[in-house]
Amino acid sequence: MSTFEFLMQGVVVAMQPMNLLYALIGVTLGTAVGVLPGIGPALTVALLLPVTYQLDPAGSLIMFAGIYYGGMYGGSTTSILLNTPGESASIVTALEGNKMARAGRGGPALATAAIGSFVAGLIATVGLAFIAPYIVKLALVFGPCEYFALMVLAFITVSSAFGDSTLRGLTSLFIGLALSLIGIDQLTGQTRLAFGVPDLLDGVEVTTLAVAMFAIGETLFIAAHGSFGPDKVEAVKGSIWMSANDWARSWKPWLRGTAIGFPIGAMPAGGAEIGTFLSYATEKRLTKHPEEFGNGAIEGVAGPEAANNASAAGTLVPLLTLGLPTTATAAIMLAGFQQYGLQPGPLLFATNPQLVWGLIASLLIANFMLLVLNLPLIGLWVRLLTIPKPWLYAGILVFATLGTIGANPSVFELGMLLAFGVMGYIMRVLGYPIAPVVVGLILGPLAEQQLRRALAISQGDFTVLFTSPIAAVLLAIAALALIVPLILRARGRGEVLSQMAANED
Amino acid sequence: MKHVFLASLIAGSIALPAYAADYTIMAPAAPGGGWDQTARSLQTAFQQEGISKNVQVMNVPGAGGTIGLAQFASQQKGKDNALIVGGYVMVGAILTNKSPVTLKDVTPIARLTGEDEAIVVPASSPIKSMADLVAALKKDPGKVSWGGGSAGGVDHIAAGLIAKASGVDPTKINYIAFSGGGEALAAILGSQVTVGISGYGEFESQVKSGTLRLLATSGEKRIPGVDAPTLKEAGVDVAVQNWRMVAAAPGLSAEQKAKVTADVQKLATSKTWQETLKTKGWQDTFLAGPAFEAQLAKDISATEGILKDIGLVK
Repeated sequence: MSTFEFLMQGVVVAMQPMNLLYALIGVTLGTAVGVLPGIGPALTVALLLPVTYQLDPAGSLIMFAGIYYGGMYGGSTTSILLNTPGESASIVTALEGNKMARAGRGGPALATAAIGSFVAGLIATVGLAFIAPYIVKLALVFGPCEYFALMVLAFITVSSAFGDSTLRGLTSLFIGLALSLIGIDQLTGQTRLAFGVPDLLDGVEVTTLAVAMFAIGETLFIAAHGSFGPDKVEAVKGSIWMSANDWARSWKPWLRGTAIGFPIGAMPAGGAEIGTFLSYATEKRLTKHPEEFGNGAIEGVAGPEAANNASAAGTLVPLLTLGLPTTATAAIMLAGFQQYGLQPGPLLFATNPQLVWGLIASLLIANFMLLVLNLPLIGLWVRLLTIPKPWLYAGILVFATLGTIGANPSVFELGMLLAFGVMGYIMRVLGYPIAPVVVGLILGPLAEQQLRRALAISQGDFTVLFTSPIAAVLLAIAALALIVPLILRARGRGEVLSQMAANED
Repeated sequence: MKHVFLASLIAGSIALPAYAADYTIMAPAAPGGGWDQTARSLQTAFQQEGISKNVQVMNVPGAGGTIGLAQFASQQKGKDNALIVGGYVMVGAILTNKSPVTLKDVTPIARLTGEDEAIVVPASSPIKSMADLVAALKKDPGKVSWGGGSAGGVDHIAAGLIAKASGVDPTKINYIAFSGGGEALAAILGSQVTVGISGYGEFESQVKSGTLRLLATSGEKRIPGVDAPTLKEAGVDVAVQNWRMVAAAPGLSAEQKAKVTADVQKLATSKTWQETLKTKGWQDTFLAGPAFEAQLAKDISATEGILKDIGLVK
């Protein structure tokens, strides 16, 4: 049978009414839980695994697929409306999405996130069906040197998210990098900067830092300004649906976000966050409305959200083709496979085609369910912002605290949440950008580990960092990203750029 | 319905005492890993066999299980309905992290499962056998990069033992730690490292499909149905197994300890548990009572020795 016939057969399996119901339950639960900061899709799937013992393999995996996609999407809702990222992959969404929501454009922001997730999920799932074997070959070529080059590219391009002052941006970034050094060093097992505190052995949790800096820091900031808040929140201005202009500005970022997110998600050490960072940086560079970035540019929501969901599908590439789980959720799905005596890996497509294609087809269905579930809810969600400010922010505090405690029941974690919240407040008051701190915490350890691995394998020979063709190309792109704006500025064409910089928030 | 479910999810994850469970099992790791799977398999078996009606699993991840262990030892003191999952990796982590809380601060009950380590190379590698690998190690230990799990864990220890048994200085091994078996597997498949070392289950499907070559397994006996020698058969005098155990809270009376041991014993012989072992590919290495305590003490001192040899523990 051809790939296409297999896929159609899979759609038939997934379209059975019971399987549709499982997909709907999965998507609903995934979205509901993804909304809670701290309780990510991994924990949800782990908790639900025993429930599915009674289901047939196809049914339970379909439900998992729904939870996975739903969880990836759920995080964006709180990012946009409450500036509280549910998980690390939706941190970037908060940057522009929340600004849009405060300007009364929460509806279009949520819509572009939902439709962008759908488009990306659709394309990436079809990609999973047809080009998985090729993508996985590309992913395996990526070794420590190539990953390090990718991290360098991410650092340089993401620096465009640093706001108007490079110095302040870099200061924030280095705070994040310093925090990322805390805990046990992966490569030697030795502790660094933990000062004998057991809770610090595992380092600073990204979601704790993000929730503290974004949500708590902002709540303190608003509270400190009293009723003379710096910006008033308008619940709804104009239509809650996307205008023709919104569509025109969204469709390209959706496609670019998908193209960036899918392959990075497929890489064993890629991760969804990096795709969202790169997508945001790309959109910021390509936009025709640079003045809106930092003030609520729809491209800055559309691109990263598409990248986020595309990388969720990308994660399934190594899982299905190699049996290689690259995220915690994927690891639990792997356990789900094994429960039915199935061993994902090179032989899975040959030995269990019905199930694999059923899963891929159910991802398509889950993706569609996600849209069906979320578009009608947008009207309801944006009404959240009509809640009087004191109640709204009190709610955000409860929500953020509950999520953190839920993920890690420890008093110390709560203390860190508050301490970072105060830090976020101080940084806001002094005009330092928040996002680079989180970026530093995420990218720092990845870059460090890959660099050290590369050098350990080469026994200290630095040339390996440039000799691999892929690494060389990535580093060349990074160099261009750094140098071209400088040249443009030097040749007097810098007016646009300096204007861009001046208008940034 | 949705709200009820959500509420129970939240309650489950923060394990409110109001949900008084017959047993609370701590998995001192993130969801998805081996300890988490063990804890959740225990949960299912306990409930299905009717040994315990309502079992909660809580995850406290981090630092090779030592964070969870410390929390468990301080919070569950004297409670005879609390269990924690652990294993060989925890023994190593306690030593490398200089953890103030050790296995002496809990009540080890029984060893449950074991898994042999597997030594693999990519199919395209010029290394065809254990003898080739040993020869390469002897020639230049730095050139042979080992890809495996976390530093100081069982993979790292096994690599150190192999070097030592081959007459190579274990401090010279070039061990590249990856977070979890998945990332290590990708590096091995992509020929980023010379040789891979991890639990056999991590490599099984690749070995069967021929993309990885299995050089040897690390147990005393061959894995049934697997065509590869043990390390001893291949001339490397090493036998090491990754094992997982379950421990109870500190400060239990002899009666309480006997009750928990009886429950765990009942579980280990149950049909549900035996089936779980089969589907997960875990070996049944059940050992309880004084025999287990003696074995544990032996494992701890042996691990300390090899970690000193590798240079991770001073």
